[in-house]
Amino acid sequence: MAGKPLLDVRALYKSFGKLEVLKGVDLAVAEKELVFVIGPSGSGKSTLLRCCNRLEEPSDGAIYVDGEEITAKLADLNAIRRGIGMVFQSFNLYPHMTAEGNVMLALRKVLKQPKAEARERALAALERVGLSDKADSYPNQLSGGQQQRVAIARALALEPKMVLFDEPTSALDPELVGSVLEVMRSLREAGMTMLVVSHEMRFARDAADRVVFMDGGNIVEQGPPEAIFGNPQHPRTRDFVSQIAR
Amino acid sequence: MNPEITQWDRFLDSFFKLEVMAKYLPSIIDGFLLTCHLALLVVVTGLTLGLFLAIVRAYEFWLTSWLIAVFADVMRALPPLVFILLLYFGLPAVGISMSGYVVTWLTLALVLAAFSEEIFRAGILATPKGQWEAARSTGLNFGRTLAYVIMPQAIRMTVPPLTNRTIAITKNTALGTVVGVGEILNAATTAQSFSGNASPLVMGALGYLILFVPVVIFGRWVETRFAWQKQ
Ligand SMILES: Nc1ncnc2c1ncn2[C@@H]1O[C@H](COP(=O)(O)OP(=O)(O)OP(=O)(O)O)[C@@H](O)[C@H]1O
Ligand SMILES: [Mg+2]
Repeated sequence: MAGKPLLDVRALYKSFGKLEVLKGVDLAVAEKELVFVIGPSGSGKSTLLRCCNRLEEPSDGAIYVDGEEITAKLADLNAIRRGIGMVFQSFNLYPHMTAEGNVMLALRKVLKQPKAEARERALAALERVGLSDKADSYPNQLSGGQQQRVAIARALALEPKMVLFDEPTSALDPELVGSVLEVMRSLREAGMTMLVVSHEMRFARDAADRVVFMDGGNIVEQGPPEAIFGNPQHPRTRDFVSQIAR
Repeated sequence: MNPEITQWDRFLDSFFKLEVMAKYLPSIIDGFLLTCHLALLVVVTGLTLGLFLAIVRAYEFWLTSWLIAVFADVMRALPPLVFILLLYFGLPAVGISMSGYVVTWLTLALVLAAFSEEIFRAGILATPKGQWEAARSTGLNFGRTLAYVIMPQAIRMTVPPLTNRTIAITKNTALGTVVGVGEILNAATTAQSFSGNASPLVMGALGYLILFVPVVIFGRWVETRFAWQKQ
């Protein structure tokens, strides 16, 4: 792994009541790295991701972003979240705002940018995802793929240190998946650090630096995509990979 | 002699006697105007308080949430007439006396606040969790998320039930008549007892129709206007 870790998860535990979902996860993501997380349903992938911007409160362990402990008691949550973008499976665009409005909201109300500056930056972010012509469209006038790209633009506009993706393409019709993956690929080329939960194996094979396989709240195996998909060592990894390869 | 004609004449004479109508028209108009501004006052203050309470409750601080829940339950359970009589005849005993107008306004505003708080709250709870998460993940704090992301959606969802409830409660301005508020019904019943004729009551009914039919139509328009498809 090149460089110091931008994201450093150490011995992370998370329980919901009696249900232990994360059981001591250690994971480091280097700057500009694209790490894929795969694993069966319920293995804790989303929970891990959501702990990384504290949408979920870890039960134990520590998470560092760029050397700063975001799990510290007095950590400024809103400042931390501003620096970590998140893209959701269900897009979660604000339905009462245009694409541009969606992207501008945090620029205006969190970064306190003047309107003209925020608009310029929002348009630039929409341009990056190939949607500058849809700035004035409302979410219900956009296809799923376009909505997800607006959601990516909303995260990018804040110029985050890294972006978390939770199954960004699994709510999309197959023919719309490509446009979103293309945007993610361009982000990677621009050097964005990304932690991606997804089962898009083909994309993982040619874009991911590393694939992490989770099962039952633990990281079972990790390595370069060729190794995980081509020659998995652990039987559970083998099982899972053969399932998603079908 | 044709008995049908006398019946018809008697009917006209007791419900549409023109000289009685002309005589009491000014007092009915006064009542109409009073009902208008009492209703407006109830709607504005009741909805504002209801919205405020729903927002406070969204912060889920146990004490305020509990107090608001108790307030909402009590005000929704109690018949407004009982509350009006209690305030009007009960409070002077402890040295607080308010005019009938103030008592009616206060009661109906509190009832509307209680119902609208519950309706706004339902709207807030019905807004998908993902909206909160998306907004919070961009660094918006709780209050701004509520203000810019959640409430605009919640309020849209609540327009139809809110309109119906507001109309229903506003009609209760007629209850003011029992504590001497000179609104439409009061003016009409007073005129009816002075004249010994039911025509003023008919005028009162017409007054209510003139006031509330447009409101009902407006409510229907708002409902269709805001019936939008969710994402
Ligand atoms: N808020 C919550 N309250 C209670 N249990 C939860 C909560 N969130 C997640 N869980 C449970 O934690 C476990 C792990 O969930 P998580 O969403 O992290 O899995 P996942 O690996 O992302 O699965 P999927 O592939 O289905 O998205 C599941 O058993 C889930 O039911
Ligand atoms: Mg998940």
